[in-house]
Amino acid sequence: MASLWEYANPVKFMKLSGWLLPLSALLAAVLIVTGLIWGFFLTTEDFRQGSTVKIIFLHVPSALMAINAWAMMLVASLVWLIRRHHVSALAAKAAAPVGAVMTLIALFTGAVWGQPMWGTWWAWDPRLTSFLILFLFYLGYMALWSAIDDPDTAADLTAVLCLVGSVFAVLSRYAALFWNQGLHQGASLSVAPGTRMDMTYKLPLYLCMTGFGLLFLALVLAGTRTEIRARRARALLTRERAHA
Amino acid sequence: MIALLIRDLRLAVRAGGGFGLGLGFFLILAVLVPLGVGPDPATLGVIAPGILWIGALLACLLSLDRLFALDHEDGSLDLLATSPIPLEGVVAVKAAAHWATTGLPLALAAPVLGILLNLPGSGYTVLVASLLLGTPALSMIGAFGAALTVGLKRGGLLLSLLVLPLYVPTLVFGAQAVARAAQGLDAATPLLLMAGITAGSIALLPFAAAFALRINLR
Repeated sequence: MASLWEYANPVKFMKLSGWLLPLSALLAAVLIVTGLIWGFFLTTEDFRQGSTVKIIFLHVPSALMAINAWAMMLVASLVWLIRRHHVSALAAKAAAPVGAVMTLIALFTGAVWGQPMWGTWWAWDPRLTSFLILFLFYLGYMALWSAIDDPDTAADLTAVLCLVGSVFAVLSRYAALFWNQGLHQGASLSVAPGTRMDMTYKLPLYLCMTGFGLLFLALVLAGTRTEIRARRARALLTRERAHA
Repeated sequence: MIALLIRDLRLAVRAGGGFGLGLGFFLILAVLVPLGVGPDPATLGVIAPGILWIGALLACLLSLDRLFALDHEDGSLDLLATSPIPLEGVVAVKAAAHWATTGLPLALAAPVLGILLNLPGSGYTVLVASLLLGTPALSMIGAFGAALTVGLKRGGLLLSLLVLPLYVPTLVFGAQAVARAAQGLDAATPLLLMAGITAGSIALLPFAAAFALRINLR
């Protein structure tokens, strides 16, 4: 049985991701397209929210991935700090812009839904506020990556920032709850009994959520592969310069 | 360590005027806000806790990039890193010196500016208490941010981008405590939560900051 750590080897990682990337991209496309068509055209309208309820098929999956992208970066940063696997640091770097865009999508679709439903594009509600703060964390993380020239120093410092940032992001979440009670409804999906969502909406939503997860995987794999190739190219250039 | 603290305090008071800078900024902000918002006492009284806390936070931010950068430029940071004092201790002392020259005077000056902003009478004690309890966290978080960006040419803007999101919980609890006290409510809960953040920051962030400094110095 091969250990998971074998894929910390860039060559093995490139080989694995070489077939995993198209597979996950294709699956993501199929699931998202099916889920969205099903959700948008084949479900009935909500009796109170009308057709706006269908924004949920974009809003919930993107919000889910916005948080999980940071969680993945946290794990990848820990792996980099503890085991010094370069692939891990590069995967964390590749995940940040994806997570930031997911956060933006969640904020934007939320605003589009909130306008007719709450009568406002934006409210300083704890969930909305925490997402805006999460977006700022993504911005700072990416800015730090791009500000430092030496790749190992950048990986180390961003990893530390990710660890400390995670603690403060959670603190901010609860500080925001303390600060304002807010408009946003509770969790849309829950394993607790008495869940309020009907299967009509749940099934396409699950499809979209799985699709967004695979999309995230595909984008991170593509980003990591690009980073690995960029490093190889840089190494080749340095070697040629040394010979010349 | 005490020698280092005294050295940093002397440097801050004598050289470069970094000492008065934060206070001056705090004062200007408190003067500008009524000019921008209008002189209505009721409005000013409502926003005063938030403005005072944001002012303190920005004034702290102002002097952060000097925290390690000057010592990094003239090489004394390398000396400190190889000295018998652990780097974590150096970070903690430097953050303490930063607090003593920004946070402490800000907390003491805040009641005067509270009068300018028409802060209700019940808020003053909690205002000073919350600033005294909260600004150490601001200095410590700032020291972590400064340690991350110490090697960079133009780290100042990046520093604020990194540090401001980390300031959110402290700001929320601090401003909430003052706002509650100003309305005559019990301010103990946000004060205690904020003190918890400060205690946690002081206990853990020196290690993170020292780790970042070691990376930047290698």
